[in-house]
Amino acid sequence: MSNTIYQELQDKDSDIKKTKILQALETEDLSVQFTDSLDNEMVLNMGPQHPATHGVLRLLVSLDGETVMKCVPELGYLHRGYEKLAESCTYHEFIPHTDRLDYLSPMANNVAYALAVEKLIDLEIPERGKYIRVIIAELARIQSHLLAMGALVMDIGAITPFLWAIREREKILDLYDVICGARFTTSYTRIGGVAQDVTDESLAATKVFVDEFSANLQEIRNLVERNKIFIERCEGIGYLAKEECIELGLTGPLLRACGVSRDIRKDAPYLVYDQLDFRVPTYPDSDCLARYYVRVEELVESTNILKQCLEKIPKGPHTALQSKKILPKKERVYTKMEELIHDFMIINFGVNPPKGESYTAVESSKGELGFYTISDGSGNPWRMKIRSPSFANLQALAPMMKNCMISDTVVIIGSVDPVMGEADK
Amino acid sequence: MSKFVQTKLMKPERLELLKSKLQNFTINYTEVNGTPALYITKENIIDVCKILKSDNDLKFDSLLDAISVDWFEKKDRFEMIYNLTSIDNNERIFLKIKLDSKAPAMQSLTQVWGSANWYEREAFDMMGIDFINHPDLRRMYMPEEFEYYPLRKDFPLMGIPDSIPLPNK
Repeated sequence: MSNTIYQELQDKDSDIKKTKILQALETEDLSVQFTDSLDNEMVLNMGPQHPATHGVLRLLVSLDGETVMKCVPELGYLHRGYEKLAESCTYHEFIPHTDRLDYLSPMANNVAYALAVEKLIDLEIPERGKYIRVIIAELARIQSHLLAMGALVMDIGAITPFLWAIREREKILDLYDVICGARFTTSYTRIGGVAQDVTDESLAATKVFVDEFSANLQEIRNLVERNKIFIERCEGIGYLAKEECIELGLTGPLLRACGVSRDIRKDAPYLVYDQLDFRVPTYPDSDCLARYYVRVEELVESTNILKQCLEKIPKGPHTALQSKKILPKKERVYTKMEELIHDFMIINFGVNPPKGESYTAVESSKGELGFYTISDGSGNPWRMKIRSPSFANLQALAPMMKNCMISDTVVIIGSVDPVMGEADK
Repeated sequence: MSKFVQTKLMKPERLELLKSKLQNFTINYTEVNGTPALYITKENIIDVCKILKSDNDLKFDSLLDAISVDWFEKKDRFEMIYNLTSIDNNERIFLKIKLDSKAPAMQSLTQVWGSANWYEREAFDMMGIDFINHPDLRRMYMPEEFEYYPLRKDFPLMGIPDSIPLPNK
């Protein structure tokens, strides 16, 4: 009797149309097949509102006991349609939107976008502007990696290193406040340069930060790196073979943690990176611990780059002088007829790049951040494709999580360090 | 050519080598701001990609992005652009494939590079391009029930009212 009821229930169950994401979870490569719901298979829905998923990442995890059999990431909870929006914005109007892509390092996105548009209109900016951009981009890398390492350690259970990392990060936000007037949504770069020059005071404040940073970073590292719990929870977890990493199109710290020395700052230098002396840290292990160490050593390298930039930064103009493409200064707009006309034309009709396509990539803290821009000769881009590193890196989450324990999932997400604003666009 | 060399250009002799390896196929060579771009016909795409990936001299082992474009023209309205990188040789090329206006479809490149999986799902979601032999062709960002393709030029910027049903209370 009870058997027939159960059978009926099962038949009824199979009638319910399964959503596509559930179908994606059920594939033949699941080694165990379950027929009885009282078996120990379990489908766990993790996120989108989960503190360890670093935003609104949703994971559907199929479990056998405590072992993850398969995992299907689901994106789109922060999708704002920036690529569609870009088609209706002029090139200048899109700059504030780039802040909201990777909101943990907004300055790096500003720089990447400005470089992309400048390549399209074939424009070179003055040396001082380039140095300013390197300084803010490296500050952004420190800002992002500090949160990545702090959050990874916090996911494992250590709160203090996270708080100390946030304390250092707060200083960078204060520096941004001095440099550009905003802490978070900076929108500092302009096409052809930056919004305003850095003052000597802000450079001095940056120098103070850089000088203190090495000791403060060492303080955090002392707490973490010889901790038995930390090492045991990271070592060998989330392993992905080198070939697979390349196959999945990973970039940034994830790729360097499997022994591939790929860094666009070295391989295809932009701005003034070819004049700076720094090295690209790599680790061969390709596990969570290696990714942690790559990020930490990049922090050290970034401080070296900052030190060199602060010494080398030349005097001179920060923005190129090409009044038909670049927004003129406000005081000139109010006093000069010529600039008033250009200002009117740029604001109303935009900079009109020649017909054509262009791709520019920079090494952001997460990997290769690129803008593929297609111009039809008008003021708005015809198509703007954002190559966001987090999106590509998240694809590696499923193979990394295969056959790991459920408690390791948070560590693996922390080591991938996705930012959903960027992955969802 | 741009004044600042941002992406290292492929040397002319290397491009000649690439051309000689692919001489059996009809390919139209152009460039994207200094980077070589190859127009490939839909029929040849898998064969060409297999050579590009497995040839020991070329070694384009990393597929970094797939870009879908709506040109909004009567003929060959859609276009897919693939961003290929060789890590060993530090070179980059773009593959371009023109697609039909009415039913844009092409072979999925997941058969060659695993990373094409999500990129093509995104192109399917945003532009409605059908990828044949794709293992898991679902929408990437939009909800499953959504019927439109938002990045097409005929989709209004402000969206279509009631296109996403509100959840039942």
